[in-house]
Amino acid sequence: MSSHEHEHGAVGHIVPIKLLVITCIALLILTAVTVWVAKLDFEDLRMGEMNILVAMGVAVVKCTIVALIFMHLRWDRSFIGFVFIGSILFVGLFIGLALLDTKEYQPTMVPGNSPQVQLKLDALHAAQAAGETKHGPTEH
Amino acid sequence: MTVEGDDSMTTTESRPLDAPALEVDNYLTYTRGIRSWILTLDHKRIGVMYLISVLACFLLGGIFALLVRTQLVVPDGLIMSQDEYNQAFTIHGGVMVFLVIIPGIPAALGNFILPIMLGAKDVAFPRLNLFSYWLWVLGAIFLVSAIFGGLDTGWTFYTPYSIDQNSAMGGVIPAVTGAFLLGFASIFTGMNFIVTIHRLRPDGMTWFRMPLFLWSLYATAVIQVLATPVLGITLALLAVERAFGIGIFNPALGGDPVLYQHFFWFYSHPAVYIMVLPAMGVVSELIAVHSHRHIFGYAYIAWSSVAIAIFSFLVWGHHMFTSGQSPLMSVIFSFITFSVAIPSGIKVFNWLATMYKGAISWNTSMFYGMGFIVLFIIGGLTGLYLGVISVDVHLHDTYFIVAHFHYTMMGSSLIGFIGGLHHWWPKITGKMFNENAGRIAFMLFFVGYNMTFFTQFMLGSHGMPRRYATYPADAGFQTYHIISTIGSYIMAIGFFTMAGYFIASLFVGRKAAANPWGGRSLEWQCTSPPPHDNFSEQPAVGDCYDFSVLRWDDETNGYVWREDVAHPGHESEHTASS
Amino acid sequence: MSQLHVHPDGSEDHGHPEHLGHHWNDSVQQFEAGKLGMWLFLATEVLLFGGLFCAYAVWRANHPEIFKYGSQFLSTTWGAINTGVLLTSSLTMAMAVTYAARGRMTAVVVCLLLTLMGAAGFMAIKYVEYSHKFHEGFYPGMSFYEEPHASELWLPLEETAAVVKAATLAGEEAGSVALAAEMKTRAELPTEPAEAQGWNKPAAGIGPAGLTTDQQNIDMAEMSVFLPPSVLGNLEDLDAELAYAEHHAADEPVVLPHPLQDPDRPVNAQKFFTIYFLMTGLHGIHVIGGAVVITWLLILTLRRRFGAKYYTPIDLGGLYWHIVDVIWIFLFPLFYLI
Repeated sequence: MSSHEHEHGAVGHIVPIKLLVITCIALLILTAVTVWVAKLDFEDLRMGEMNILVAMGVAVVKCTIVALIFMHLRWDRSFIGFVFIGSILFVGLFIGLALLDTKEYQPTMVPGNSPQVQLKLDALHAAQAAGETKHGPTEH
Repeated sequence: MTVEGDDSMTTTESRPLDAPALEVDNYLTYTRGIRSWILTLDHKRIGVMYLISVLACFLLGGIFALLVRTQLVVPDGLIMSQDEYNQAFTIHGGVMVFLVIIPGIPAALGNFILPIMLGAKDVAFPRLNLFSYWLWVLGAIFLVSAIFGGLDTGWTFYTPYSIDQNSAMGGVIPAVTGAFLLGFASIFTGMNFIVTIHRLRPDGMTWFRMPLFLWSLYATAVIQVLATPVLGITLALLAVERAFGIGIFNPALGGDPVLYQHFFWFYSHPAVYIMVLPAMGVVSELIAVHSHRHIFGYAYIAWSSVAIAIFSFLVWGHHMFTSGQSPLMSVIFSFITFSVAIPSGIKVFNWLATMYKGAISWNTSMFYGMGFIVLFIIGGLTGLYLGVISVDVHLHDTYFIVAHFHYTMMGSSLIGFIGGLHHWWPKITGKMFNENAGRIAFMLFFVGYNMTFFTQFMLGSHGMPRRYATYPADAGFQTYHIISTIGSYIMAIGFFTMAGYFIASLFVGRKAAANPWGGRSLEWQCTSPPPHDNFSEQPAVGDCYDFSVLRWDDETNGYVWREDVAHPGHESEHTASS
Repeated sequence: MSQLHVHPDGSEDHGHPEHLGHHWNDSVQQFEAGKLGMWLFLATEVLLFGGLFCAYAVWRANHPEIFKYGSQFLSTTWGAINTGVLLTSSLTMAMAVTYAARGRMTAVVVCLLLTLMGAAGFMAIKYVEYSHKFHEGFYPGMSFYEEPHASELWLPLEETAAVVKAATLAGEEAGSVALAAEMKTRAELPTEPAEAQGWNKPAAGIGPAGLTTDQQNIDMAEMSVFLPPSVLGNLEDLDAELAYAEHHAADEPVVLPHPLQDPDRPVNAQKFFTIYFLMTGLHGIHVIGGAVVITWLLILTLRRRFGAKYYTPIDLGGLYWHIVDVIWIFLFPLFYLI
């Protein structure tokens, strides 16, 4: 069985089995790496963010490998890759702007309830305290 | 010999392309029986089924519109309680948006015309097309059933009201299920169109030789594919939130109701461009053909469709200026909103330049084309006003907004749909409708429309809020409301007139020629109605806006190819006529 | 490339093989069109999950403590095994496509079966994880949500509330005066951004679940054994951070208090499980859908519908399976690792 990459079938390029197996092994290794790195969470001052960056970075690399080799993008017409990248870009746009907005209006939030809601809550708990104590103060 | 089924041969005689239509089998008579329609893979039949369904839903939504308008004739409300009014405008909005305007042109007209315009035999995935139609029907059933469930949240399903367990119990979940299914029908149609345009163009039809209607359908399909899934997940989350109280959008449980609006408008703003882009494509065809003049600035119009599709994803926050969005984001969205108007303006100027020094045929379709330009200018400009944050703060949720979106959704998208319907009616049915009746109906519609909605600009800027069943008697609103309601009745008369002459044309209409209007795109080169597989010979692809090669033929009451001009690709065969 | 061969009697040339649609010119055109269509569908799947990723991102940005707290209750081992299972099933699916293109249909059947086994394994592990969670009382929604009690609320509003209440009973105008008074009270609150105070964190003196400092009696060094100080709100104490890390480096299993018994769980900690079940649940539904599709492909292969000249549905089914895998590749770190 020929196994070089230029193998062509009746309707298109065929990916050699050996390449597929090597790719899978690489992906499994990357998985192990990312699990191991996640357990190291005391190296860095900004540990939370490093953790996220590394985990996401490895995920992106794995995704790219799956897309290029398993999903055949490496040998397909470039427009298809454009479709895939485009969809990811739009997700990024959505997440980016929604995040930006929500971070921007956090400082304007006033903790606590509005007076009307507060009134209702008071009335509710007063009634409960007066009647049965089904939802009494939580024991701590 | 005609054989039932869809992949079989057809015996269509080879005939000259511009010979008059004869009594040969066409797509309507090719096979008979209910099963051959329900399980058809023929894009033309699917298009016709969509057309009938969409028009039926338009009737339903229109009835609710008349109910809404009737209610507002007196300050205390004439016919409904507050709750009933909430339900009426919700159903009107939901049905019109999801069942009429979004599917209207792409599914009904596009399914029919797109493959023929490409000289192809069908769309890329005919079975997906059929599945998409029946999914649409299922979604429509769910959505309409929400009428009986008492849905009263507004078509936007804003939280926290829509997740409040006390609001209409039976309405929200069926409605969002219906909208979810409709969304997927829309996605599959979009996918089909993109692949068809990419892969089934004939030799000689490069991207920049396609008719502009196809450019607009392509841009629309891109939006359908990218934006509609976000609606899907939004509605799914809404349903799960309502059913299980999981706390995504409910502030009492730590959720964020403004996040719902981000989710919702990320789809719904591009959705309004799904509504209007195909209409713009139709108008490009109408203006060029009925002015008998080459479209001006083809490449600009083509690129502007793509630009509108991309920009439409960047402006959704302008629906949320008053919803608690941060000022930074509001400013960003406002600024980008201004730039969205630019490609639309480019189109308008190109259409005007196309008409200039053209030989305009005053057909009903042309009236609708020109009506589009007028009403779209008003709708688009008022959109710019609303894009200014300081103005929007006062005008948001007033009748100004209602008027603005009716000018763009009804005055533009619906007019485009109706204009296209008139333009391609001879092709779809093989019959001509009565032009005089058409012009009268247009006048009724146009006058009624402006009476209805121009007054609403006044109402809105004077402070009348939207979605209110009653209003103060001393606020000076009643006169405007009365004019608006009378206008809506005049419009209704116009629509019923339209229905009348269309139906009459099916029975007593004159037989249509292959090319009654003098169009140059490929759909005018097959018979009216088209045969089962669209073309018996590969049609000639040339410049689809070069009308100089056609001449009017009295015998067939249509346009035919001039004898002294060679068909593209056959120049060597042409001999000088004696 | 349009070759419509029309014979003199009007009939058309039927040199088309059975699998080739009537509107296509050749198999390559149909195959590539099918791929483009499938990729467009995958783009919609990406956008669908993208909405949920957005919800995750927004919540995490606003309440990182919820995610740090919640992810401890998930088993990284099982998650990693699941990832491995799904990656391997992706491999067998891709192998099925290659064998199909080479016409070796027996190998295709074997590979499709292996892929199905992978799918079943994934769902089995998911079942184990979910049932464990439900058993412990973690489920989507209100699992350990408690409505905050009036006395535990963030700001002492009793006095102001009484004023507002009385005023509202007296009349609307009086109510708005009281409302203005209330807003003025709020305006005199500390002006640091809520973030510096800790968004969603109570004012000084009241702990996360509504306890006062007296009631808490937390010994920071002691608590740092169970939860890292950054979760408890202390971002500066590196020694405590190291103490926690060292403790975890040791081989003793750390016993986490159940959230229902944990007074110091972050407010609205149940949101972690909400988004966890939503995203992994939707992904699980897609895995089941993919398994159904692969079963159908298997049946068709056994019926000898495919060969080296036509295996498009296998290729397209493979693409779908890979995107399901890609989504899991992102879900796994987001919930289990960070």
